[in-house]
Amino acid sequence: MNRIDQLFQNKPKDILNVYCTAGYPSLNDTVTIVEALEQSGADMVELGMPFSDPLADGPVIQESSTRAIKNGMRISVLFEQLKGLRDKVSLPIILMGYMNPVMQFGVENFLRKCAETGVDGLILPDLPMDEYESEYKGLFEKYGLHNIFLVTPETSEARIRKIDGVSNGFVYAVSSSSTTGKNKEMGDQEVYFQRLKAMNLRNPILIGFGIRDNKTFREACRHSNGAIIGSAFVKAIENSANLQATVKEFVAGIKTNMNR
Amino acid sequence: MDIAVNTSQSKYHVNKKGYYGDFGGAYIPEMLYPNVEELKEQYMQIISDPAFQQEFEQLLKDYVGRPSPLYFAKRLSEKYKAKIYLKREDLNHTGAHKVNNTIGQILLAKRLGKKRIIAETGAGQHGVATATVCALMGLECVVYMGSVDIQRQAPNVARMRMLGATVVPATSGSKTLKDATNEAIRDWINNPVDTHYIIGSVVGPHPYPDMVARFQSVISEEIRQQLVEKTGKPDPDYVIACVGGGSNAAGAFFHFTDAEKVKLVAVEAAGQGVNSGFSAATSQLGRPGIIHASKTLLMQTDDGQIVEPHSISAGLDYPGVGPMHANLYTTGRALFLNATDDESLAAGYELSLLEGIIPALESAHALAKLKDLSLKPEDVVVVCLSGRGDKDLETYIKHLK
Repeated sequence: MNRIDQLFQNKPKDILNVYCTAGYPSLNDTVTIVEALEQSGADMVELGMPFSDPLADGPVIQESSTRAIKNGMRISVLFEQLKGLRDKVSLPIILMGYMNPVMQFGVENFLRKCAETGVDGLILPDLPMDEYESEYKGLFEKYGLHNIFLVTPETSEARIRKIDGVSNGFVYAVSSSSTTGKNKEMGDQEVYFQRLKAMNLRNPILIGFGIRDNKTFREACRHSNGAIIGSAFVKAIENSANLQATVKEFVAGIKTNMNR
Repeated sequence: MDIAVNTSQSKYHVNKKGYYGDFGGAYIPEMLYPNVEELKEQYMQIISDPAFQQEFEQLLKDYVGRPSPLYFAKRLSEKYKAKIYLKREDLNHTGAHKVNNTIGQILLAKRLGKKRIIAETGAGQHGVATATVCALMGLECVVYMGSVDIQRQAPNVARMRMLGATVVPATSGSKTLKDATNEAIRDWINNPVDTHYIIGSVVGPHPYPDMVARFQSVISEEIRQQLVEKTGKPDPDYVIACVGGGSNAAGAFFHFTDAEKVKLVAVEAAGQGVNSGFSAATSQLGRPGIIHASKTLLMQTDDGQIVEPHSISAGLDYPGVGPMHANLYTTGRALFLNATDDESLAAGYELSLLEGIIPALESAHALAKLKDLSLKPEDVVVVCLSGRGDKDLETYIKHLK
């Protein structure tokens, strides 16, 4: 069974998925951070494959991407780093990135490498659903990889249902009409979250964009199976002198008071 | 004049799925889906409406000053031993072809009920054309411009501000046109309901490349009518236009794509030389990939990072090319040439001295290739003079020394 499905089966609530850009803050920090996240109690990790022109991301993630590219990060280097990682960690790993670098690597070659290194799923925000269905779905299935799609407050119910039908793993609910790292107030999204919940989708839902602290994490968890934190984590590790300690402190801060 | 809505489907125009051969499509994040879908569903219906067409034509005539003249350039013709005509887009209001598209899109935005307009700009020509139509229609206007370009193009920044637009510096990445486009797309993601994004070229997700090409197709429609008056035949032997994203070329080629005996010549910016590392000749240096939500040819590293192009002309300084042009290139329908910074400066000076017309540096790239085409005396050649050179005076003066 795919590790993502396994996770939601074992723990349907309060899932914490943490995003970080591969090769950031230093080229070889990727594996250290994934290990530290697992040890600190994160449930899932989303590794960003840096791209020069990340349209769906705000300044924090774009800057981390620029720095990672300067550090020498590229898809082939990332796969080298991920070799052997499965001997050390067991949490689900998702790669997030944009289509152009994946196309240049070769889509099937990329998916094969994902399967070989123990990646469980992908988030490719600029791969449209129709294109995925007609061109790539068979390949994703062949390599046992889940493809995760986004929905937003502006997505119609019919389209959400279609996305739910095509998705595996979970549905990524973008908290507001926004790029990553914008701290719009979440209160306004209550109606949208409830609408999503009431739709009884076949996939679990994780909420992302604007989740940055214990308060927003708990708020997101009230409406869904858990949440994704990206920009806030990238900021937290930017100048860290001790990654293990910083990661531990960050995750602990997010998860405070969750079991009350 | 009218917008090309009833023309028979050319195999070089967009197909029903939004592609030109292998190129095009809409590789958009889900956050943009409702906006792009709304446009896709409605643009043909809106621009086919006779009331829309009438308003568009009236504004092109009375406000822009169309039809733009097709001028027989006698001394230039003598020099290159052919019959050379200049399509005078430089005489349009705001000084370039860009306004044809912004007039069309502002009318479309109004019919979609949008209250706020955003745009990207490189040299500032599209930004000025957008700020102009927003002032005309009383709509809020925000223009994204790379912070590097804001430094380089101060007069156009001042024009946009005088026209009431807010100019927002794009400070991410390389701080030029591609980053301004990224920032405009991000603005649209953050403002999905009340905002229309006026893209300035035949780039971006479907339906933009087709929509912009249709608004610009007035250029080739007029050329055909004017050539009948002047030569008795609608088809020339050559149409030459510069290509960055490719909107003036798309407009100049539009009604000639199926007339296979008309040679279409697209001139890209070679910068300091195609292989100098400082070039914007996308067809020569690019590979298929995705930029700004469109599958097309683009300049990139071997691992798929988009690279920064170079051209002396800010309007050609783009690492991709519209998907229509990527298809014209790969099918061989258009001949793709390129002109260096130096060749283009020389061509700009030459036209100034021979015809008393100072061309935009972009348009000078098209003129620079007249010498390389082995023209015959009976050849009828149309060069799209996409803009005037006032904005480039500083660059021209700097290189006169």
